[in-house]
Amino acid sequence: MTQWEVVIGIETHAQLATVSKIFSGASTAFGAAPNTQACAVDLALPGVLPVLNRQAVECAIRFGLAIGAQVAPKSVFARKNYFYPDLPKGYQISQFELPVVQGGALTVQVGSGDKAYEKTITLTRAHLEEDAGKSLHEDFHGKSGIDLNRAGTPLLEIVTEPDMRSSDEAVAYARALHALVQWIGICDGNMQEGSFRCDANVSVRPRGQAEFGTRREIKNLNSFRFLKEAIDYEVQWQINEIEEGRKIQQATVLFDPDTGATRTMRTKEDAHDYRYFPDPDLLPLVIDESWIDRVRGELPELPQQMRERFCAELGLSAYDAATLTASQDIAAYYEATLAVAGLANAKPCANWVMVDLAARLNKEGREIAAAPVSPQQLGGLIQRIADGTISNNIAKKVFEALWSGEGATADEVIEKQGLRQITDSGAIEALVDEVLAANAANVAEYRAGKEKAFNALVGQVMKAAKGKANPQQVNELLKRKLAG
Amino acid sequence: MIDKTLKQLAQALAAKEISSVELSTLFLDRIERLNPDINAFVTVDREQTLSMAAAADARIAAGTAGPLTGIPIAQKDIFCAEGWRTTCGSKMLADFVAPYNATVIEKMHRDAGLVLLGKTNMDEFAMGSSNETSFFGPVKNPWDRTRVPGGSSGGSAAAVAARLAPAATGTDTGGSIRQPAALCNLTGLKPTYGVVSRYGMIAYASSLDQGGPMGATAEDCALLLNTMAGFDVRDSTSLERPAEDYTRNLEQPLAGLRIGLPKEFFAAGCDAGVMATVQEAINEYRRLGATIVDVSLPNSHLSVPAYYVIAPAEASSNLSRFDGVRYGYRAPDYGNLDDMYMKTRAQGFGEEVKRRILIGTYVLSHGYYDAYYLQAQRIRRLIANDFVEAFKSCDVILGPTSPTTAFKLGEKSADPVQMYLSDIYTIAVNLAGLPGMALPCGFAGDLPVGLQLIGNYFDEARLLNVAHRYQQATDWHLRSPRGIE
Repeated sequence: MTQWEVVIGIETHAQLATVSKIFSGASTAFGAAPNTQACAVDLALPGVLPVLNRQAVECAIRFGLAIGAQVAPKSVFARKNYFYPDLPKGYQISQFELPVVQGGALTVQVGSGDKAYEKTITLTRAHLEEDAGKSLHEDFHGKSGIDLNRAGTPLLEIVTEPDMRSSDEAVAYARALHALVQWIGICDGNMQEGSFRCDANVSVRPRGQAEFGTRREIKNLNSFRFLKEAIDYEVQWQINEIEEGRKIQQATVLFDPDTGATRTMRTKEDAHDYRYFPDPDLLPLVIDESWIDRVRGELPELPQQMRERFCAELGLSAYDAATLTASQDIAAYYEATLAVAGLANAKPCANWVMVDLAARLNKEGREIAAAPVSPQQLGGLIQRIADGTISNNIAKKVFEALWSGEGATADEVIEKQGLRQITDSGAIEALVDEVLAANAANVAEYRAGKEKAFNALVGQVMKAAKGKANPQQVNELLKRKLAG
Repeated sequence: MIDKTLKQLAQALAAKEISSVELSTLFLDRIERLNPDINAFVTVDREQTLSMAAAADARIAAGTAGPLTGIPIAQKDIFCAEGWRTTCGSKMLADFVAPYNATVIEKMHRDAGLVLLGKTNMDEFAMGSSNETSFFGPVKNPWDRTRVPGGSSGGSAAAVAARLAPAATGTDTGGSIRQPAALCNLTGLKPTYGVVSRYGMIAYASSLDQGGPMGATAEDCALLLNTMAGFDVRDSTSLERPAEDYTRNLEQPLAGLRIGLPKEFFAAGCDAGVMATVQEAINEYRRLGATIVDVSLPNSHLSVPAYYVIAPAEASSNLSRFDGVRYGYRAPDYGNLDDMYMKTRAQGFGEEVKRRILIGTYVLSHGYYDAYYLQAQRIRRLIANDFVEAFKSCDVILGPTSPTTAFKLGEKSADPVQMYLSDIYTIAVNLAGLPGMALPCGFAGDLPVGLQLIGNYFDEARLLNVAHRYQQATDWHLRSPRGIE
């Protein structure tokens, strides 16, 4: 039986986080009443002209620098001509032969645990273009409504080489790209609102074959789950077709999340001739070195650099470093926590942020930026664990108290609620003696060889200490006394 | 009053010899009387005009008037003017009332205080050289009403020639200001590409279109250009340069001026009467102290073919927005979406526009793009280089504007290539982006002949000077057609 290899390339449309549209002054805010954010230029009234938004160009430069690409000193806007009711000019202004960002790469973590591996995806290009409006087919009784609020919204179309070999790799790339565009502040990443959407070019070939198979392009996938499901379905479909002796036709397909299937939208035969030509209304986009240098100076530390630093300087594992740099908010939270708790607590800080805090946030569906416990509070808490003031168990209690606002700092909660760990060996000894005297039966069982009885005795001591006794000291004292 | 230049009208208004309302009424009345036959105006709105005139009078009274405040002019119906029907000579926009102002409209009317008399007829979407492609019917040449006024700014030319307006605007993509100016005995200027904003000027061929003034004299054109020109942030192809006064060099003597005669403009193909008149103008320039030198524009024979690739290519895309979806004409009966597009565009556009959309679509198509569009762009660079070379040995270039005088209505409308050749001397100027002028230089038979002057980039002030000194020495530009009293 043939072993099949999957080949995937991804095109992503990232909506750029500019205040106004790419070629007009109208607002790009989402959710306004239809056609209230479309000015004369967006409506393509006779005589209007496009003027390029510098902010959109800066976003492209930021992206180019972040992926180590060449930012083209000169790029050209071209018209892509086709008729559609939500395309007001009858052409889309895009870039064709000379895109603003050329080349680049993104290294991503695929999978987790033992099976995790790194993969570098090569990017072909990224170019600036305008979005179209929306056609609304419901509520108009056999007619279509057109909302041009989105028309002219700036997009960066990011195109990879056919480098991915599984849906997991595709999703890992899409997630890393999604994190990166938000990290460098060029896209809000809101997939429900369509700010970040992917097209996947999928083909299969017998393992070992050099030529690519015929690809089909799955359009407009707006969640990572759909991306994975669509690719998995498509791959299986293509394999079945070939194995049943049919040929794959180049086509554009849509994924239906309800059925989990892809269906053909159009084949190569009815593909448009877009008649691209340079837009005579816009001069070539010239980006000089000083502009690039300024943008470079304004770039934050990038996730890749930060991951490497976390591993090298903090001794974190690659997995921890990747998790903590999943977004700029998480990374910022971690670094602020670490600043208070101290570098020696890098690993406990990582655990608290990745496990305890993440679980608590998850439970309430909150974003880390809106966490009720500040990094300063968490850092203070971790300090108290490190210096033995409280145990890990008590720390969870303190964390809950901070979460619900019962104190401004861990120290305040510990003091107010009397949670300081008892480390005074005299006090612990008194408690141990008390418990041993009151639980003769357990003592006898232990001495008869029942290990379980020991745990019961520890529990009793901790109960008497209201959980505050240093567990290690309790263990040691009990053992000594029982042995004696 | 009707024969006064803009400068004279400005003096009359300043001296309170006449108010703007009176002056505007005078021209509105003439339009009402003469336009039904000449058909120079597509839209007249007496109420709006008079309210603008009243506002101008208030500015004059308040002492806040500019040099041309209160003078009524006509606008080519290609400029969007808020609240005015703006048709571009097409059925597609026959009922389109512009909701915004073109930059030219803002500068001339809001800022300079000129009064808008009405919108002038034109070839549909500026595609034509005779004004016969207008949905609103042909315009008649006031010098001979059986003949065309030229195009595409034929309505503007006829309006000024018949003194239905003291001056007007035009746009020039391949000669559309200069050729009708020549055929109607006017002075017209196409500025350097990028000097006048294209914002709000309905696009035909974006890389060639340029607005400019049409009037009785070079001085009028200079005064109008002062109000039209200037950098506009809304037009990315507009050029950021310091403002200039285009009248500043008008009186400069021409002694020492080098006038280049491109041998290609004086070869076969030009009407003998036109050529004789142009030769006489050259003699006049000699008398004015200019030196005549021979130059060559070796690629000029390629300008018409290159133009008829580039202009239709851009037009085919520019006119895609007229799709019946948002504004303008929509076919009354249609089936599905494609049917709506097809019927709307089939019914809404005239033959010449459809011809150019088809040519443009063809030359941009996959497999033809390199052979046509890219090749035409290469020729365009060669043509621009020809001028760079020529201007090394001369200051201005002179020749005929059009190979013939005004031709008969219907004479060339069945033969597009003959029609296209009437712009043979003007098109290269657009391809190179240079400034060009047409000015009256005499008559062949009873019909006016226009001289063409071509300047180097941004040399409008010199062109206007060269034209003005000629007009100080001649009176061709002062002649008026009969039957417009």
